[in-house]
Amino acid sequence: MTSRRATGLALTLLLISLALVALGVCVGSTGLENLLTPLLDPQAPAAERALAQQIVWDIRLPRTLGAWLAGGLLGLAGAVAQGLFRNPLADPFLLGSASGASLGVALALAALGGGAGMLGGAMPAGLVVSVFSGSALVRLGLTGAAFVGAVLAVLLTLMLSRGVQHTLRLLLGGVVVGVVLGAMTQMVLLLSPDSLQAMQAFMLGSTSFVGWTACALMGAVWLLCGGSAWLLARVLDGLSLGDATARSLGLPLAPMRAALVAVLALATGTAVAQTGLIAFVGLAAPHLVRSIVKTTHARLILLSSLAGGVLLTAADTLARGLIAPQELPVGVLTAVLGGGYLLWLMHRRSGGERGLGA
Amino acid sequence: MNRCGSARLRLMKNVLLLLWAAVAANALAQPVQVTDDRGVVVRLAAAPQRIVSLLPSLTETVCELGRCDRLVGVDRYSDYPASVQRLPTMGGGLDPNVEAIVALRPDVVLMATSSRVADRLRTLGIAVVALEPKTHADVQRVLLTVGQLLGVSDAQKVWRAIDAGVSAAAQSVPASARGVRVYFEVNQGPYAAGASSFIGETLTRLGVKNIVPTALGPFPKLNPEYIVRANPDLIMVGQRSADGLAQRPGWAGMRALREQRLCVFPVEEANVLVRPGPRMAEAARIMARCLVEKAPRTAVSKAERSAAGPPQGGSSPSGGSAPRAAGSVGAAHLAAGPPQGGSVPSGGSAPRAAGSVGAQ
Repeated sequence: MTSRRATGLALTLLLISLALVALGVCVGSTGLENLLTPLLDPQAPAAERALAQQIVWDIRLPRTLGAWLAGGLLGLAGAVAQGLFRNPLADPFLLGSASGASLGVALALAALGGGAGMLGGAMPAGLVVSVFSGSALVRLGLTGAAFVGAVLAVLLTLMLSRGVQHTLRLLLGGVVVGVVLGAMTQMVLLLSPDSLQAMQAFMLGSTSFVGWTACALMGAVWLLCGGSAWLLARVLDGLSLGDATARSLGLPLAPMRAALVAVLALATGTAVAQTGLIAFVGLAAPHLVRSIVKTTHARLILLSSLAGGVLLTAADTLARGLIAPQELPVGVLTAVLGGGYLLWLMHRRSGGERGLGA
Repeated sequence: MNRCGSARLRLMKNVLLLLWAAVAANALAQPVQVTDDRGVVVRLAAAPQRIVSLLPSLTETVCELGRCDRLVGVDRYSDYPASVQRLPTMGGGLDPNVEAIVALRPDVVLMATSSRVADRLRTLGIAVVALEPKTHADVQRVLLTVGQLLGVSDAQKVWRAIDAGVSAAAQSVPASARGVRVYFEVNQGPYAAGASSFIGETLTRLGVKNIVPTALGPFPKLNPEYIVRANPDLIMVGQRSADGLAQRPGWAGMRALREQRLCVFPVEEANVLVRPGPRMAEAARIMARCLVEKAPRTAVSKAERSAAGPPQGGSSPSGGSAPRAAGSVGAAHLAAGPPQGGSVPSGGSAPRAAGSVGAQ
């Protein structure tokens, strides 16, 4: 029964995703419009068709898919974190891993002299390092740096909270790590003013410059993380019954936990390295799924991922369309919407049990 | 009693000495009075001898009026003329070091109206003149106000020279470059310099078109797709945000990048361009030079082409902008064909853009 419901939900989310991608392709710098007509119409002037093709194929499609994939990664990371820490408020943001990832990006940029203009009026010849760069090598390097930053941040949070059992301590540890790493990011940026402006725009969260390279990278990581999480989800089901029960089921807890932390950090780091800080998607997606269907962690993780994709694509389309051709940074929009959702969640919970679902 | 009297005498002597020094330094020691941009009337007993400036463009204004020697402190961003780099720095315009300013005992502090520190300094007994140059007209007004404050009689002449410099720069732009459509990026956001910005005003005077209309405000954060559709003939950008332009999704195909119609301004030049101050003539010259070197030479022939015949330009590879060059041609084409209004960029998008900003 739950299995059929979960499948139904997955199909619904996929359908919504498709609809949103189609909508995302139609929302551009002039608001809602239909670019497909000139694209498919053989009568349209060649220049118009070329422009339409360029805009749909090179800009809108990759950034819409990129938003979906980034949301998917964040939703997945959120579900993994909530299962792993047995804490419904665990989220890539609240655990400090997103701050760690952005510190990694800032450090990498500063080390590589990020933002220093390398084209003196000519086209770039060598490697151009920019946070918005489309080069595969740069994207991979930034993703690696973000991954390392995210892993270190999660470990730091776990160290500070001395394990995952104590909800309040875990959250406090995450907040402290987030604040400290955020401050360190600011310091790095102050010391390398060349990358300051670009990083500031990036940190607000933006899909503006997500291209096919970033999309491919996120797609690959999504498959990897999704697959690993599916295989590792058994341990989360065990953990939900307590450490002792999980151990009695014969699960190798320590290595599986470490692997899940790696999945969490990889998903967060990859998303942050391509789109900057986008808050609350990782928190909201699993809650949304759980409110509709109660299921095993394997399904929950994949459904959360789909829900995250839907949430971020919707937010991104909204951010592009609201004041076109100007753009709201999508991270600002998700922070406002997600913050509201979190408040509502806390309000609802405080009515029933005491404390935050611990 | 006696001692007290002699102390008072000494004090009076000192005051007289100081007064005399002030008079000697400025033979026309008349009280000055100006109204600053907050609407505050500032009265000083004499033209200020010790000035602190907390805004680069105001620092440059003081120096342009020949009173550079009266500056005793500047903010950390003031770096022109070179002589001010030797002055003590008082922090930034938004985070100035109040203590350091007070310690300098300035007669007046010049700063932007956006700084919170004006009231604080005021209560500490320091005269503050807050000025916010944002447009060409502001530059003139600020120059005249500061001239009045400093007792400079020929401020109007200085302004005329600057204005003539801008006009001369505009004259130097070849006729073929007029009407060229320019995109000026101030930051990778991407934030653009709109037509209503200081930079946009200079571009207008140079006779070129800004792809970012006035309705979008001075520095809008744009959807990068907007720039691709507008397909500017020429891109201007500061060195700090120039890297990777061609690697942005969909940008490599833009005409300006394909044909290398890109001006990357080194940091010093970019500083000149973005500061609404007395170097605006130099800014105009820098942009004019860019236009002379990089603007496509086909602007005139393009106009002729689109005026003469039907919009067949679309078939040539670089003719992507031909139907757009003349809005009327695009509109005629639109009216004739099926309703695909959204696909014609500049003609159709401008009014809608204005509407959406209004609704904001």
